[in-house]
Amino acid sequence: MRMHSLILRTAGHFLLPLLILFSLWLLLRGHNEPGGGFIGGLVAAAAIALYLFTMDLQAARKALWVDPRNLIGIGLTLAVLSAIPGAVLHGQPFFTSQWWPMTLPLLGEVKLSTPLIFDIGVYLVVIGSVLTIVLFLAEAEE
Amino acid sequence: MLLAVLSGFILAFLAPWLTPRLGRAVGWLFGLLPAALFVWFASFIPVVASGETLLFSYPWVPGLDINLTFLLDGLSLLFALLISGIGTFIVIYAGYYLHGEAYQGRFYLLILAFMASMLGLVLSSNLVALFVFWELTSITSYLLIGYHHEEGKARASALQGLFVTVAGGLALLAGLVLLAVAGGSYELSELLTSGDVVREHALYLPLLLLILLGTFTKSAQFPFHFWLPNAMAAPTPVSAYLHSATMVKAGVYLMARLNPTLGGTETWLLLLGLIGATTMLIGSYMALRSTGVKQVLAYSTVMALGTLTMLIGVGTEKAITAAVAFLLAHSLYKGALFMIAGIIDHETGIKDFRELGGLRSAMPLTALFAGIAALSLAGIAPLFGFVAKELMFEAVLEAPAIGTVITLFAVASAMMVVAIAAVIGLRPWFGPRLPTKKTPHEAPPSLLAGPAVLATLGLLFGLLPMLPGQHLLSAAALAVAGEPIEVYLSLWHGFNLPLLLSATSLAVGLLLYWQWSRVQPALARLAAWDHLGPERGYEKVMASIVSISDSHTRLVQNGYLRYYILTIISTLLLLLAWTILTRYPVLPSPDLSGIAPHTFTILAITALAALYAVTTRSRLGAVAALGALGFGVALIYVLFSAADVGITQVLVETITVIMLVLVLFRLPGFLDFTLSGSRLRDGFIAVLFGGTITLILLMTTEVQFFPPISEYFIENSGPLGHGRNIVNVILVDFRAIDTLGEIFVLALAAIGVYAMLKLRAEDRKS
Repeated sequence: MRMHSLILRTAGHFLLPLLILFSLWLLLRGHNEPGGGFIGGLVAAAAIALYLFTMDLQAARKALWVDPRNLIGIGLTLAVLSAIPGAVLHGQPFFTSQWWPMTLPLLGEVKLSTPLIFDIGVYLVVIGSVLTIVLFLAEAEE
Repeated sequence: MLLAVLSGFILAFLAPWLTPRLGRAVGWLFGLLPAALFVWFASFIPVVASGETLLFSYPWVPGLDINLTFLLDGLSLLFALLISGIGTFIVIYAGYYLHGEAYQGRFYLLILAFMASMLGLVLSSNLVALFVFWELTSITSYLLIGYHHEEGKARASALQGLFVTVAGGLALLAGLVLLAVAGGSYELSELLTSGDVVREHALYLPLLLLILLGTFTKSAQFPFHFWLPNAMAAPTPVSAYLHSATMVKAGVYLMARLNPTLGGTETWLLLLGLIGATTMLIGSYMALRSTGVKQVLAYSTVMALGTLTMLIGVGTEKAITAAVAFLLAHSLYKGALFMIAGIIDHETGIKDFRELGGLRSAMPLTALFAGIAALSLAGIAPLFGFVAKELMFEAVLEAPAIGTVITLFAVASAMMVVAIAAVIGLRPWFGPRLPTKKTPHEAPPSLLAGPAVLATLGLLFGLLPMLPGQHLLSAAALAVAGEPIEVYLSLWHGFNLPLLLSATSLAVGLLLYWQWSRVQPALARLAAWDHLGPERGYEKVMASIVSISDSHTRLVQNGYLRYYILTIISTLLLLLAWTILTRYPVLPSPDLSGIAPHTFTILAITALAALYAVTTRSRLGAVAALGALGFGVALIYVLFSAADVGITQVLVETITVIMLVLVLFRLPGFLDFTLSGSRLRDGFIAVLFGGTITLILLMTTEVQFFPPISEYFIENSGPLGHGRNIVNVILVDFRAIDTLGEIFVLALAAIGVYAMLKLRAEDRKS
């Protein structure tokens, strides 16, 4: 499955971090501009898939750090947890969004919120689901 | 009150942990709880006897207006006292009877949970809560019948009991919902006064039939009586408690409870009267035919349940008085007799009346209490059973209709019951001593306490019938009747027709007993006709359910993905086309003038790509064409300023192509497997489906059923969702729970694909 292209291999090293950063940027801007967890997750998954094609399976698994199956679980857990603060703190219905705006040094005003946590959950589930399938198919290939 | 109901559950869940730590004293210690409950309930007797109805209400699901309401009147108090009183002795009895068994802790968990559920059932005023407790008793009964789960017969009997009662429970649920619709309330306390409305309601007949289906299965009425004798596979304390004194009376309880709401109609009288009388007759006939100690008792319980149902059906003042008196009498003597059956089994190891005899000298006290309880069963003065039987005869003689039939049934049944009582009360104890597997000894106090107290109470209440009659039974009869009635219990009614019937049945019964060794085998030979009985019907129904689901599974789950898709699409197509043709025959005339020419170009490209993907014989070509199609669609999204959807579409296309590339080279070469006929069929359905969807899309642009919700999202995405990207705000905030469902589906799909591939990979290896 490796592609023996020197240009692609060299570019792959630089593209992976760039693409992951890009996916995070898409994830975080999603609330105001086109983007969000689903799109960000797809970009990140595509980035790892690209890395898989340029390098090999071991390298791709290493670049991912965690087993993609665990990402699914973590993502679902985060998404469900994000529903709870409103219910527990204020007795509001499940999934009522909570906002905690705060000013951080360097970054300026940042709005932390449960929808953001939820979106991160979506992001992780999408990466996990796509890569579970892609990496396993690649493994079967070898 | 809440604590009274829940305490049983609390102790139940502690029981498996406590039982091994308490050792031999476990029965006596656990017995303290039902005993305390009994005393607590008994303290309500004066208030309830004065005709008051107590209501206790606790909010349960306040959002849906469901309250946990408990209602304490004469009827529920009588039941609560029986449940906690007999429960005390059962718990003590089981402490010795099951000592050293592997699952004694589990037994206590189940029996205490059952006690609490049963208390909840008889005390609930809310129909929903009542149903929940009703099902809890079915489930605990199932687990208790299957207590000896290593035995196949116990498992089969447990399952049979569960299926019959839970099938009835489903009908009951439907019936209770209809009752709430007809009566306008889920609270029994309100339904009890709206009987006239319910009886006149159009839904009266269906709801009555559904509720009776539930009560008849639970209380083992003909033709559902067969599960009860099989339930005797349970340990004896369970048979004594669940399958004679309490759980099987839940159906009787509900019929008595709903008598003011549903009773008094001709249907009620005919159904309950005739089915009850039939059950009574069949129960006593089957009891006379059997020889197993517990079988005889089980069938005589069927007889008693039939009698109670019949009396509630008759519904006159006399009948209701007779019903509550009979209920009390039966619980006392049957509880005692079952516990004595357990003692006989425990001491001798024998379970058949034919092999028992002369045990009087070995266990005199057991024999004494067995004799007293059997006298009450036979309905002989001065036992309380006699009072109840006299009332029963009076009631059937005065029945407003079908009096002759049920009187005949009652007399015939009473004759056989006398014979059964003699078999139980005389046969094991008198005559020559027959050899036994173990050397019998007198039972220890923990086993004898129950039979002693219950049998003595049967004698005491017989001598002084006003003792229970004045307070408890009159209040119970008041609750069943729904209006004040005069309850007068006495031992001596003078020389009248009921006494004559009693005497006749006594004489014939003793004659039957004298010839029992001939009568019983003769009747047992009739067992050859049992294949016409309802139990075979149950077996046939179960077998046909299995075979139907088998053939159904083979037809529907055939394993061919193409047929699944074909079925789904054609079904959808039929439904959609039907709706469109019948309801909206006017075809839409879309206005195409506003659409820019380059849009048409993109559409043409996607259409061509689709056509190519379908016709090409190269897989890679098909993948590329599908990619082109997807990018075309994405372009259209972007053109109509749905940036997010467009980006997503592009990314999904990319990932799809990656996945397809990964599997593409593993596929065998392209071959034509399908016949041209089936390809034509598939093409036809595909085109038709695509056309229908297009038509619907065009129609939705013209027809607007409701104001679109998008206005709300556009206005509130900023102020409420703190975001300018409406799509994202909808996804993660407004409709987050939808998205949660979707990511769960995504995760499941990934796990499914993973599992499928993994299984295949492992298959390859081995």
